[in-house]
Amino acid sequence: MGETPQRSAHAGTGGNPVTEGHERPAGASARVAEAPLRTRTPDENGMGGGGALPRAKAFGAERAFRALALAAGTAVLVIIAAIAVFLIAKAVPALRANTENFWTYEGWSPNDSQPKFGIGTLAFGTVLTAALALLVAVPVALGIALYLSHYAPRRVGTTLGFLIDLLAAVPSVVFGLWGRDVFVNPVRDFSAWLNEYFGWIPLFGGDGPFGRSIMLGSLVLAIMVLPIITSLSREVFLQTPTMNEEAALALGATRWEMLRTAVLPYGKPGIIAAVMLGLGRALGETIALAMTLGITFGISFNLIQNGGNTIAANIANAFGEANANGRGALIASGLVLFAITLIVNITARAIIYRRREFTESAA
Amino acid sequence: MTTTLTSHRSRPPAQPSTLKAKRLPAYASPAIAVAALLVAAALVLGTGVGGPVLVVVVGALLYLAGLFAAATRVEGRRSARDRAWSALIHSAFVLAVLPLASVVWTLVSKGVERLDGNFFGTSMNNIGARDPQGGAYHAIVGTLQQVGIATLITVPLGILCAIYIVEYGRGRFAFTIRFFVDVMTGIPSIVSGLFILAFWVLIVSPVFNDGRPGFSGFAAALALAVLMLPTVVRSTEEMLRLVPAPLREGAYALGVAKWKTILRVVLPTALPGIVTGVMLAVARAAGETAPVLLVAGGGAAINFNPFENNQSSLALYVYQQAGDASKYAPARAWTAALTLVALVLILTIAAKLLARRNRLSR
Amino acid sequence: MAKRVDATNVTAYYGGFKAIEDINLTVEPKTVTALIGPSGCGKSTFLRSINRMHEVLPGARVEGSLTIDGQNIYDRDVDVTAVRRTIGMVFQRPNPFPTMSIFDNVVAGLRLNGVKRKSVLAETAEKALRSANLWDEVKDRLAKPGAGLSGGQQQRLCIARTIAVEPQVVLMDEPCSALDPISTLAIEDLMFQLKDKFTIIIVTHNMQQAARVSDRTAFFSIEKTGDPGRLIEYDNTQKIFSNPAQKKTEDYITGRFG
Repeated sequence: MGETPQRSAHAGTGGNPVTEGHERPAGASARVAEAPLRTRTPDENGMGGGGALPRAKAFGAERAFRALALAAGTAVLVIIAAIAVFLIAKAVPALRANTENFWTYEGWSPNDSQPKFGIGTLAFGTVLTAALALLVAVPVALGIALYLSHYAPRRVGTTLGFLIDLLAAVPSVVFGLWGRDVFVNPVRDFSAWLNEYFGWIPLFGGDGPFGRSIMLGSLVLAIMVLPIITSLSREVFLQTPTMNEEAALALGATRWEMLRTAVLPYGKPGIIAAVMLGLGRALGETIALAMTLGITFGISFNLIQNGGNTIAANIANAFGEANANGRGALIASGLVLFAITLIVNITARAIIYRRREFTESAA
Repeated sequence: MTTTLTSHRSRPPAQPSTLKAKRLPAYASPAIAVAALLVAAALVLGTGVGGPVLVVVVGALLYLAGLFAAATRVEGRRSARDRAWSALIHSAFVLAVLPLASVVWTLVSKGVERLDGNFFGTSMNNIGARDPQGGAYHAIVGTLQQVGIATLITVPLGILCAIYIVEYGRGRFAFTIRFFVDVMTGIPSIVSGLFILAFWVLIVSPVFNDGRPGFSGFAAALALAVLMLPTVVRSTEEMLRLVPAPLREGAYALGVAKWKTILRVVLPTALPGIVTGVMLAVARAAGETAPVLLVAGGGAAINFNPFENNQSSLALYVYQQAGDASKYAPARAWTAALTLVALVLILTIAAKLLARRNRLSR
Repeated sequence: MAKRVDATNVTAYYGGFKAIEDINLTVEPKTVTALIGPSGCGKSTFLRSINRMHEVLPGARVEGSLTIDGQNIYDRDVDVTAVRRTIGMVFQRPNPFPTMSIFDNVVAGLRLNGVKRKSVLAETAEKALRSANLWDEVKDRLAKPGAGLSGGQQQRLCIARTIAVEPQVVLMDEPCSALDPISTLAIEDLMFQLKDKFTIIIVTHNMQQAARVSDRTAFFSIEKTGDPGRLIEYDNTQKIFSNPAQKKTEDYITGRFG
């Protein structure tokens, strides 16, 4: 958008329009950019009159500034690439030393002289807890978001929305502490109850002890991602154009029908984004799970017995005793987590970007 | 055209025969609720399968079913569906409030126990398992220094990056950067910690540290900066886009160079919004435990030098105290958690209030 | 199909603010009635209270009685959604559902009412689009998003969406104010055809438009800002524009006021 005014600004000061062509490729390096500029100074002097000299200096600054901005932009790409490179660099030696299959071995003893460690159980636990957490959190979060945006009186909605935003900022270590000290009690009771009456379902089987289980972990996780999903989707719902809501109402829609015709379809990309962000957070959550899960190694769908583990929680728990090879192994597991979250994020963003293009081209 | 218009059925499918509608009387909803609770109590307590909690849960389900059935019979399906969804949405709200209220309540009630001068004035140095004393002074120092350094790194970098995306970037490259900024928001904090562990602590810092890994507050700051960067870029980007085009064009028309326009006109206009974004990023970073755990090294003593030796942070302190076997540790953990939440919330509230005053963001 | 609308002592509020007071007026079936008057005189408020859209805004309420064919729509046992299905509304700015195709937009009202048969939907959509003079322009791209049409087409799409449920009264709230002259003309032609079948009430700022399309005209005005709007004069359009009974109306028509 700045293109046209910029050109006119140059024209007004007698600047050479060729600069436009030069500027972009030269933008990569400030030094290269400044060199040809100085040689052009007398030329501009002749055309632009008295003000030309400081103007020319400004053009040098312009290139320097642009280069600086470009460098900052590139830094993002560099950081992401660096994350992959350095994680791989530290992971490879540990993976080489691994005497078991990294993908299938069920256990984590990378500090031994014969290191044995496998990512399978951890990746399973990561996906399982995150999926369960979203299963619980998403419907509730969408319900609350709709309540706040379309059911509650406006002032109540705004105030509660503000409180939800605040809850989204509460650090995960606090939720972890709460889960382990407080929430574990009702969950243990509930687990025992489930076990008594529904023990024949493998999910709720086993004979204890209960409490520090996948259920506790994923419920705490659900409570943590709830404010994030709620706050994002509430914002999306509030952005629905009033005129579309009125159109639905004027057709004789009930409130729920209005939500379904006008609000939910309009907010769909936003909801997907919110859920995906929640998923990303759930997959990567470390401390709360390290504090609430039972930390075992094994693939099991049992939700209520002490146990469960995730990649991130394992890193936090095992880091203290890790030797050089142990650290490498943990970094390798982190690399897998990085890849998983990267895939989730890129997929989510791609969906959102494509949808955005669709709606923008339509508008 | 008009011929097709007149050849309509006697009553088109979408038209109601009458404007009047039978409605459930006002007492119906509470009556169904009471009946549902009674039935649930009889069922649950009679068979002895559970306690009062189960009664409420079963009661709620019965209420929903009963309401839907009654409304379907009296008001029709559309209205019944509307009522059922309304009830579900309201119950989602109640369901979520309970645990969140419990978090807040525990935090405050358990947190005030050690809320004393000693807690804020001492470290954990030489505090044994039997000592009821001990505080978080060193952790608070660590948090402030780490977050401060991270902010110093992130703010210029993030703002420049956003300027590139909004003002200079065109085409595929700018799009790629934007895309990866979005992707970067999703990087788990533990991965950022591992990255700094591999990059700084294990590879770079040993070079000037006699080959020993350099756990330090600075390393934690680097990890936090990785986490803060995308937040700062995105919020700055959004704010820059909100700056009205005429403002820029006005400056261009006066012959002001683009970079000067950005620095003198665009940035100041967007500043309150940018500050809001930065404060939110700081609040998030202050609460991060995982990266600090990996690269700061922890430590019980006060260390004012973020560039050398181990440092702790408030969040890490909470985690360590929660895992400590001492019977005095939980109280310290809760008080530290309360302090941390207070710090984070003050930052967040200030940021949101600032955003509200800022006219650019609606 | 078309029905008579009777307003008796209609008073509408926004919270504590009284927007219109004691409006009495009768709209005959199969006519076009124009509501004109200066900005803020409450004509849109009155229009929105005819299908109970006024009360959608927080704190807004209506007093008095509004009957269509003898049935007061503000009676306690009246179903709001039934009222709005009977009295359709077209808004100031075209507002097709942005996520829906042209076809889905037209049949949105039918779908809400549980019509699922494809043949019925297709038939009704074509009929409504033909009535809205839009069929020939969109018949090849019914699956495209409705938001991709031009402003005038979008507004006709909204009219099609409104008449697809075959309401008895169609309310139009400045339907042409966001459109260019050619689209405006198309909509005015359309109103002329639609009045064969529907009772139409239109709010407009454009006096030429009121004179062109309406059979009867109601002039609303306010004493000063903050006062409620009142109905000053209601008569045949020709009479209002050639020989108004009230001085205020004449001042407004001749451009001496407002």
